[in-house]
Amino acid sequence: MTTEPRLVEVRKSVLKQNDFIARALRERFRQAGVLAVSLVSSPGSGKTAFLEKTLTLLQPRYKVAALVGDLATENDAARLARSQAPVKQILTGTVCHLEAAMVQNALDGWDLNRLDFLFIENVGNLVCPSSYDLGEDLRFVLLSVTEGEDKPLKYPTIFNSADVAVITKSDLAAAVEFDEAAAQRNIQAVRPGMEVFKLSAKTGEGMNDLLEFLARRRAGSRRVAAASK
Amino acid sequence: MHELSIAMSIVEMAQEEAERRGQAQVLAVHLRLGLLSGVVKEALLSSYDMACEATPLEGSQLLIEEIPVEVFCPKCKVARRIESIQWFCCPKCLTPTTEILHGKELEVVALEIKS
Repeated sequence: MTTEPRLVEVRKSVLKQNDFIARALRERFRQAGVLAVSLVSSPGSGKTAFLEKTLTLLQPRYKVAALVGDLATENDAARLARSQAPVKQILTGTVCHLEAAMVQNALDGWDLNRLDFLFIENVGNLVCPSSYDLGEDLRFVLLSVTEGEDKPLKYPTIFNSADVAVITKSDLAAAVEFDEAAAQRNIQAVRPGMEVFKLSAKTGEGMNDLLEFLARRRAGSRRVAAASK
Repeated sequence: MHELSIAMSIVEMAQEEAERRGQAQVLAVHLRLGLLSGVVKEALLSSYDMACEATPLEGSQLLIEEIPVEVFCPKCKVARRIESIQWFCCPKCLTPTTEILHGKELEVVALEIKS
């Protein structure tokens, strides 16, 4: 029997599966007392160099590990392995972003209780990663001085979805006449109150402020975790 | 370009819902799409037709309602629609705000079906 067309209500988030896994991951991170930080940026902003430096500097005091997303190569994991931290590559194939399930699968066999920091480097892309929650505690968006100060205005969605902005390659700022005030203004326009760090993974300039920030955030989330136990 | 995988999720979700309602045929999918969802309407529409190919949803329509970004102004204490996603502030008093009430939606709200 064919009836007239009718409208039925559904009301379901298209990303509910991803959000469900992301929530479970966030809870796992919280219980293990590990601070999960994801990195997003356009290709070539220096995510891997930044991560290598950060892992190396945190390593003496903390247990750190990283997951790195890449379309096709394992070069990043090889570079990051130089930091001596456990690193796993997530090959996404043709997928332009990481999804929570990929993070979940990559963590298989890892004891999160033994970690202080987990970094998740997303695929270089300022568009697609914005839609996918990975369960991270903090999302860093990286912007190199060579990219131009208007990047936040061109990609407001991802800047708005991030918690912290990191201006990278500060050692090149003078050479490219980087206008820091304009960059700050643009970042604050799309994400008012966002914390901004300016640094160079190459020279180490500005890295200390960032490391202190990470240590503070980790201590904060540990206190919250302990209080809820 | 992640719209194709989003479109495939929509098709899958609509198909499941239709099956739960006695193998109904889906004529149209109503979607709410926030301007801050990170998904582009045009790309999603063309991906949708591709995602429907060779599925029971082939020939169905995707009807998108775009949801503007609405923020809560901490000073005026009311919800306000912002004019540009490049400037997160109250359009009346210009107070910056990050409290987003609407604009991140990516949800299937209804299906038009025929038994």
